[in-house]
Amino acid sequence: MTLRGNLRDFTISQLLNLINLANKTGTLVVEGPSETAEVAFRDGKLAYAQIDQEDGSLASVLHKAKKLSSGQYRSIQQGAAHISDKELGLLLINAGYLSQEDILTNLQQHFTDIIQRLFTWVEGFFHFDNDSLPPDDRISVRLDLENLIIEGSRQMREWEQLQDEIPSLDMALKFSDRPGTNMRKVNLSIEEWRVVSYINPRNTIRQIASATKMSDLEIRRIVYGLLQAGLVETTRLEGASRLVPTVRVFPTEDKEQQKSLVNRLIDRIRSL
Amino acid sequence: MQTVKMVVTGPFNAGKTEFIRSVSEIDVVSTERKISSDFEKSIKEATTVAMDFGRITVDEDLVLYLFGTPGQRRFDFMWEILSEGMLGFIVMVDSTRPETFREARSILETFHAYAPTPYVVAANKQDMKEAWEIEDMRHVLRLDSKVKLITCVATDRDSVKAILLELLYSILSEMENGGK
Repeated sequence: MTLRGNLRDFTISQLLNLINLANKTGTLVVEGPSETAEVAFRDGKLAYAQIDQEDGSLASVLHKAKKLSSGQYRSIQQGAAHISDKELGLLLINAGYLSQEDILTNLQQHFTDIIQRLFTWVEGFFHFDNDSLPPDDRISVRLDLENLIIEGSRQMREWEQLQDEIPSLDMALKFSDRPGTNMRKVNLSIEEWRVVSYINPRNTIRQIASATKMSDLEIRRIVYGLLQAGLVETTRLEGASRLVPTVRVFPTEDKEQQKSLVNRLIDRIRSL
Repeated sequence: MQTVKMVVTGPFNAGKTEFIRSVSEIDVVSTERKISSDFEKSIKEATTVAMDFGRITVDEDLVLYLFGTPGQRRFDFMWEILSEGMLGFIVMVDSTRPETFREARSILETFHAYAPTPYVVAANKQDMKEAWEIEDMRHVLRLDSKVKLITCVATDRDSVKAILLELLYSILSEMENGGK
């Protein structure tokens, strides 16, 4: 029977655990809320991973890992788009530009990142296609799942905690009004500085994540740190239309009558 | 008949139902259900699953309704509905359970995002010896000094009255400053 179901009933860690214990070979297709992931396994080990809408080619992976410059990446896209990942890998190794280990390490990291992202998906459907493997021209790896499951579960707990702390990415951030706080004296990482440079009541956290190319988890982690340090505060998005309640707050539009109404409430509560 | 409403929110077992019960002139229309989770059952037997509903008649022409939100996160789909048209809201926090402070902060932010109306934070169960100091709570809840954080005992009518009055003063003050 095909392995098929809903992530609400069967989590990613449970799925990976099953694939690992049963030494399964095939492709797990997970349809998340906005994207679809395809993860291939060979004998219970991770072989390949791809998010549908993303460029998962070797050139793109190496470019993101800063092993290829933007110029080199562009040249490959323009002049060698027909070359398969395996051929490109061989060319780079033969040219002495990268070692086989470099290529495999970067691909492993890329696939691991995709798996870690999957752990944050709590809604969606999955099915497992037995014996289906990625095309031959793609480079596959062989990664044990145990560490991925442990790290993923850890990350899932962190994710749940961060979601409690920062329930919505549609809020904006502003610097705290605490006297004596000097951002220049604070020791921030490069990523934190990148986020800080976009902090403005007119930018949502989601927009900052998009501008800094960070995942939901990464931006939440950084914003959480900044909030905990008391450097920033969440605020309503400036310029955004205020939520207009569909039910009126006051039964009257007249300001004086509204004040009178509140004063009547005050008198009544006092007299209770 | 004119009606206005206030919302009483906060984490599970913060004292929202008790708060409304202390001042409501009608028996609180409660939607409490027996708790199924063992952990939550160890804290209390029944919890609000949709809303509590209390009423204070101001005069023959005006009624104040108090709505209590369900405390468990799985019922949070009700929050936005309950927040529609509210005059202001009260965030109840159980001063003896610091493990709920983070959730209280999150609830506060969520409600403030739904409707930017005035609010106060009520530090409930301050009569218990394990209650946290109010200033320590302000720090952990990351409340600005301008936010009213008031000690509360939800079973004591005077204490509840004081909270409601502080919220009404905030509403009045915002109106006078042109906030509405």
